[in-house]
Amino acid sequence: MRRAPLLPALIFAIIITQVPFLYTLYLSTLSWNALRPGDKPFVWFDNYITVLSDSRLRSALVNTVVLTAGAVIFSLILGLLFAVLLDRKFLGRGIVRTMLITPFLVMPIAAALLWKHALFNPTYGLINGLFGGSTDWVSSYPKAAVITTLVWQWTPFMMLILLAGLQSQSHEVLEAAKVDGANAWQIFTKMTLPHLRQYLELGALLGSIYLVNTFDAVFSITQGGPGTATTNLPYEIYLTMFRKFEYGEASAAGVIVVFLTIIVATFALRVISGLFKVEENR
Amino acid sequence: MRARLQNSIWGVAAWIAGIIFVFPVIWMVLTSFKQENVAATNPPSWFFAPTLAQYTQVFDRNITPFLLNSLMASIFSTILVVLLATPAAYALSLRPVAKWSDSLFFFITTKMMPAVAAFLPVYLLVKHLGMLDNVWTMVILYTSMNLPLAVWMMRSFLLEVPREVLEAGEVDGAGLITSIRKIILPIVSPGLAATALICFIFAWNEFFLAVNLTATNASTSPIFLVGFISSEGAFLARLCAAATIVSLPVLIAGWVAQNKLVRGLSMGAVK
Repeated sequence: MRRAPLLPALIFAIIITQVPFLYTLYLSTLSWNALRPGDKPFVWFDNYITVLSDSRLRSALVNTVVLTAGAVIFSLILGLLFAVLLDRKFLGRGIVRTMLITPFLVMPIAAALLWKHALFNPTYGLINGLFGGSTDWVSSYPKAAVITTLVWQWTPFMMLILLAGLQSQSHEVLEAAKVDGANAWQIFTKMTLPHLRQYLELGALLGSIYLVNTFDAVFSITQGGPGTATTNLPYEIYLTMFRKFEYGEASAAGVIVVFLTIIVATFALRVISGLFKVEENR
Repeated sequence: MRARLQNSIWGVAAWIAGIIFVFPVIWMVLTSFKQENVAATNPPSWFFAPTLAQYTQVFDRNITPFLLNSLMASIFSTILVVLLATPAAYALSLRPVAKWSDSLFFFITTKMMPAVAAFLPVYLLVKHLGMLDNVWTMVILYTSMNLPLAVWMMRSFLLEVPREVLEAGEVDGAGLITSIRKIILPIVSPGLAATALICFIFAWNEFFLAVNLTATNASTSPIFLVGFISSEGAFLARLCAAATIVSLPVLIAGWVAQNKLVRGLSMGAVK
């Protein structure tokens, strides 16, 4: 009876997410190209062998790590900087905060297209327009171009989490440290950063969960190119599914991604449940 | 005196950071009011006679059905999410079922699974049912996409309802309905609104599912943006106009809810 209010949501989530995944497991054992009608023979783990020995998937894996880690690290650093700036009182703080969160609110595909055409474009883009030169940013530095766009969008997210962390510091303790003669840098490195640690971890892990799935930016800025320079796993699976129609291989790749995510997620859960306990004890 | 000066230096630094960061958005809006030939100049044009021509063009190109599809998919999925998540969050907070934390973590793991990993079966099923290019398909998928977030968020808001007040109400003979109406709802309604707003934002911005599951009838506004550029020549100003239009609802929603944003995005872990 107590369970009743939980059941609809639980059943819904199982039907829409878990059952399809089980079916993905099954599909990943079939040799199935949708362009080839008729038989879909059962091939055991052949798709996994194909996918794991395919250099495209390996490079997609590396690209996923580079894009995700790059975006997460840079947005964390910038986010920390902005959070520290916003943590003190100054004229128009609310306005600055609103300005700083705005990039996060722009539709991701619109942000990607904006950066590609209005900022990175070699002839009429704003960057070359302001600083001169005729660099074709997207084809010369494809990874950096994608990461820049992602960092621009995700810095506000990190900033908000870290700002919440900064504001949860006890002011008395900070004042006491000041009275005892600690300078601002000492207070920041010895007290604030350790206090922020779990917030940094939370930001990094939630950011990774969202950013590992990056599709919009790759799809619209580089189409995974040049070559496979920016093809990440979601985009590679998309290509396998909708360009090559290799349903079996796409499923195997999907299963591999899930296992990789489970590894990351295990860490994420530990951090989140850590925060939980803090909250419960408060 | 010195402290004051220091503070204003920090303030100026913050203002500069804010302006640089928001500048691409300002540039997008500025460009959307230009003529195409003014938009594609190098060096960039700062002063120009503003025109609404691009907005007119975008509406002539029939953006309206896309916006309506987005609105339908986002609003209906948000309603469904709230209806499913709130009772679930109740059963995981105020009247916890046995093993409540297992269920809670189950929800979050579904969020961690990359959409592409379970997408093929969903695609095949939707195709088999003849539900491709159908707004209701998007409603259902967006509901499942936002459900974990909403459960976690609503739970964190429900935990703020003081137990003592609830128990006092029960002693006074308040039934479930009364205590929901008189005690719980007034306390959690700002949280409910924030949850709904964040689910709306994610549904409105979603691209991967929309691009793969919709074609002509159910396409949402992100798809309009993509379809737009492949068919145009000189298009920068028009692209900016379209991007401004499709981003506007979320910009407004986010500005309004910015105090609650962090809590939703961290699934209730950070207040």
